[in-house]
Amino acid sequence: MLADPKLYDYWPYKNRRKITWKNGARIAFWVAPNIEFYELNPPKNPQRTPWAKPNPDISGYSMRDYGNRVGHYRMMEAMDKYDVRGSISLSVALCQHHPEIIQACVDRNWEFFSHGIYNTRYCYGMDEAQERAIIEDAFKTVKEATGQTIAGWLAPALTHTERTFNLIAEYGIKYTCDLFQDDQPQPIHVKKGKLISMPYSLEINDVICYNSYLHSPRHYGDMIKKQFDTLYEEGAESGTVLCIPLHAYLVGHPHRIKAFEEALAYITSHEDVWVTTAAEIADYYYENYFE
Amino acid sequence: MPLDPEFLAYPMRRHGMDHERYKWVNFFERNPIQWPSQKKMALLTVIPLEFFPLNPSGKPFKAPGSMVTPYPDFRHYTTRDYGNRVGVYRFLKLFTQLGVKASFAVNSEVAERYPILIKDIIADGHEIIAHGINMDTLHYGGLEEATEALQISTCIQSLENSTQQKIKGWLSPAYAQSFNTPDLLTAAGIEYCGDWANDDLPYTMETKNGLLVNIPVSQEISDRQIITNYHHTEDSFIQQIKDQYALLQGETNNYGSRLISLTLHPYIMGLPYRIGYLKEILSWLMQQPDTWSAMAAEIVKPYQ
Repeated sequence: MLADPKLYDYWPYKNRRKITWKNGARIAFWVAPNIEFYELNPPKNPQRTPWAKPNPDISGYSMRDYGNRVGHYRMMEAMDKYDVRGSISLSVALCQHHPEIIQACVDRNWEFFSHGIYNTRYCYGMDEAQERAIIEDAFKTVKEATGQTIAGWLAPALTHTERTFNLIAEYGIKYTCDLFQDDQPQPIHVKKGKLISMPYSLEINDVICYNSYLHSPRHYGDMIKKQFDTLYEEGAESGTVLCIPLHAYLVGHPHRIKAFEEALAYITSHEDVWVTTAAEIADYYYENYFE
Repeated sequence: MPLDPEFLAYPMRRHGMDHERYKWVNFFERNPIQWPSQKKMALLTVIPLEFFPLNPSGKPFKAPGSMVTPYPDFRHYTTRDYGNRVGVYRFLKLFTQLGVKASFAVNSEVAERYPILIKDIIADGHEIIAHGINMDTLHYGGLEEATEALQISTCIQSLENSTQQKIKGWLSPAYAQSFNTPDLLTAAGIEYCGDWANDDLPYTMETKNGLLVNIPVSQEISDRQIITNYHHTEDSFIQQIKDQYALLQGETNNYGSRLISLTLHPYIMGLPYRIGYLKEILSWLMQQPDTWSAMAAEIVKPYQ
């Protein structure tokens, strides 16, 4: 175990090189719906129990299932309304379980990146061959289901090993959403290949806001707007990234969806906003700013 | 040492769900339904009446609302009992005033301890559904099937004695089930259950003894979630219910009727400083021309 993983350099948040996003935008805005599958009876990882209650934890399971069965469509409709494409953090087994959802997202030209096989399978304790197996599985599964080559990574349930970043870079993953050190992309030190961190704004994630900070739906909507206001202002100096990470099992409830929709309306009503996907931000960064 | 190979095997990776209880479906592609009342917005009010033993085993987990301090935790024991003595009568008075018909999910030990309460609930025209024996006799994975079957039959027999009614509905204590629970419920004559909160309308579930209607009683919009877990204000609770109502009512224009389920605990919303807020939101809901205050037995009719 390491005290300092030495993943990236320290960059003070002043006098940074000016980033200007596509068409002169000062903020790159992307939405990351996590489309996840949680298993009813997953095996237990030695370091983390999948459910709070013994299997079957039908309370936790049915709460997640609600997201795919009901919430997803409300979230998608709200995003359609403001021409926001999703960059999907995908439990890739969803390609088998719910191909209808995958197709609806393909039809909208949304991006898919890997969030592991299931959100009830954790990387803790995997050896290299096992970790390679889930990476290869993700590439193959998403390619077959969507035609897309995955460009991004968010470890399943944010479970990592020390070798995760080296491995995904070796396989050609362009960006990771696993690191929260900045509001701009940044190169990550890897042994082979190239990798950048993509701001995924965990602190404005609906799970964190609703279930860690215990905020109300309307307050969550206000927080997103405030997050935007600051990053929009700072983006004039050097372009910033705003990501809203979402879970349809939370934001897709009837008492919550409107507050999210209003935040989308607010953000997209501003001029210098590049409404885009994570892969497009990564490509633009590599092309213009990667050193 | 690598993880056990089982951890990278996915035997249920297939189309649909990873179990056989119900089919995968997009909620917005389900057949639109119409409630028997012809009104578009059914309001299901669920009132759990819970007995929390002073000496819980806590196995395999403590139900929400269970004892907290070292034994004897008179503080939480009496705070919960307040609900079954005082709070619930505030609810009953309010329901009569406003014409709300509720489904009371009753631990059989509550009915045994307070038979007069059960008589008063029935006299007011409300429904009694089963809610297990008490809040420390849980249903969970690993519980012996015979033990669980006995828990279910004990609860139902006791409630049928108390109510002199056939008990058709079930809510598991702490919404917890084992893999066998739906099969055991239908074996015991239960027709509908409120444990799986994965939809916005009832649907049917396969069991070994025929279909069980699952009513997805919301675990997100309840006093326990909003007030106790999230620590939101009562005003915010009201706002969230109104926002929920507006959204679902909008969906009725395109998708058929909708259901609002509201779970209210007498020891939470029945407090003197909260009952006024409950009156405010229930009055508002009942004033909406689309609202049909319905009990679980009525809500499941289109699905039977």
